[in-house]
Amino acid sequence: MLELDFRMKLGTFALDVRLAAPAGALALFGRSGAGKTSIVRAIAGLARPSDGRIAVAGSVLFDGAAGIDVPPERRRIGYVFQDARLFPHLTVEGNLRYGLRRAGPQARPIAFDAVVDLLGIGGLLGRRPANLSGGERQRTAIGRALLAQPRLLLMDEPLASLDAARKAELLPYLDRLRRELDIPIVYVSHSIDEVLRLADTLALVDAGRVAACGPVGEVTARVDLHPLAGRFEAGTALDARVAWHDAAFSLSRLEFDGGTLVVPAVEAPPGAPVRVHIRARDVLLATRRPEGISARNVLPGHVVAMEPEPGAHAEIAVAIGNTRLRARLTRAAVADLGLAVGTPVYAIVKAVAIGRPGAARNSSGRDPG
Amino acid sequence: MLAFSDVELAAVGLSLRIALVAVGFVLPPAILVAWLLARCRFPGKSLVDGIVHLPLVLPPVVVGYLLLLLFGVRGPLGAWLDQAFGIRLVFTAQGAAVATAVMVFPLMVRAVRLSVEALDPGLDEAARTLGAGTLDRFFTISLPLMLPGVLSGAIVAFAASLGEFGAVVTFASNVPGETQTLPLAIYAATQTPGGEDVAARLAGVSLALALAGLLLSEVLARRVRRMLGR
Repeated sequence: MLELDFRMKLGTFALDVRLAAPAGALALFGRSGAGKTSIVRAIAGLARPSDGRIAVAGSVLFDGAAGIDVPPERRRIGYVFQDARLFPHLTVEGNLRYGLRRAGPQARPIAFDAVVDLLGIGGLLGRRPANLSGGERQRTAIGRALLAQPRLLLMDEPLASLDAARKAELLPYLDRLRRELDIPIVYVSHSIDEVLRLADTLALVDAGRVAACGPVGEVTARVDLHPLAGRFEAGTALDARVAWHDAAFSLSRLEFDGGTLVVPAVEAPPGAPVRVHIRARDVLLATRRPEGISARNVLPGHVVAMEPEPGAHAEIAVAIGNTRLRARLTRAAVADLGLAVGTPVYAIVKAVAIGRPGAARNSSGRDPG
Repeated sequence: MLAFSDVELAAVGLSLRIALVAVGFVLPPAILVAWLLARCRFPGKSLVDGIVHLPLVLPPVVVGYLLLLLFGVRGPLGAWLDQAFGIRLVFTAQGAAVATAVMVFPLMVRAVRLSVEALDPGLDEAARTLGAGTLDRFFTISLPLMLPGVLSGAIVAFAASLGEFGAVVTFASNVPGETQTLPLAIYAATQTPGGEDVAARLAGVSLALALAGLLLSEVLARRVRRMLGR
């Protein structure tokens, strides 16, 4: 769907981007200064690569060798800027209709009323951007970009300028957007919570390069990427399906590719897909099946990768069926248990340590229960 | 004492007309030049900048003299205008308007240029990603946001037009009813024995016009600010 293969110089910083992503939501994740914004600017046409190729849904937007460089105004790529960039002299409605009016004669599958509804901005239409809160501004900016009928929506840290309460207010809208509209999204973020909640594909960006790219669950489970991903609460994003609820104890049982998980009750009907985040440091490993233990989840598997670190810790990947689970142990524990690639182990996870990414939780990501 | 003679009324009317024509004609090129100077890089930019500002630093009489050389019936541009269109600028009201326009041009460019430089380039980028082409963006985003600067430039230029003396008297002379604007009429009155009353009345008119201009600019500025949502 999205094919990037280009080079770009920005002062002393060089960008060398190679990435192919399927349709859906792609997250560009990395520390600030890694080049994430430059990548989306190049996709939008606001920055010009020195050479290479950029293609979206089969149409070439930039090709250095063929001399193709479609100007941004003809790329049909929506861009939600970090700072909203609403037009101050137009009302919310004027802003929303700006792109819609210029969307050209092709079909307009994204209707004004639907977007206003989806983003909950019906009450703001007559207002000026100066009289909007940060969250309202960002929602308007998203609506404006959507109504221009883009074939791809770029979102450059749309939540970065908002405080925690506004972020929590906006996240459900982004979630709905991803599920209800059939538009591929590129989402730039340095918050793993947002990535886990919103993305299907995750690309790790480091020093101007794409260090890894793949389904969110796979990339987050790779222990060799730990130094890059280290800034987020390292762990595994696990895609599961609700099996049944245990109302008496307020628990839910989730099925994933490799076993079942017991977690605090999730608000989703049986059969619904959910994604849970298990932090590496919340996972225990045992070489024998433990007995008389409070932890609800004891998952049999075997070690598939080990990454010792200079300090006290080691990163271990455990295969449980077809799923990889990351565990963060002390090197001393690894030595005591005699862990090596292939060792059969039991991964132990407390139910209360499993959080739903983006769900209402305290900032540590740990469920207070 | 408040009864105006025909000649005096003609001077007031002429001044207003010349100021309006001068500001109206100067506005579009002033916006264009301000945009070029603020946004573009081209060879000879400093020279253009210098020429634009010349009327501000030259004695107005010299500007009038240079216009005479250029637009006189034997001047290179004047001869062409005369032959091609039958237009003679020297010693006519049109000529007075041209002299005034040249004098206020730099004032306007300066005011507009500041507002161009204050534009947020991020808004222009946003408009691009929404499918707006260059001219489209200029008229729907940049120009409306420049409006306060354009407006204040126009009002300053209008006020300065009403007071322009040196260039007008040199280029268009002082013909009552034809090129005799307010300041010229006041000057003529002070040079005439017993003309003190006339001079005082016309000075009063000047004062009233200036005050009205300031008030108008204040009201308009407030409107524009509200329109821009600030």
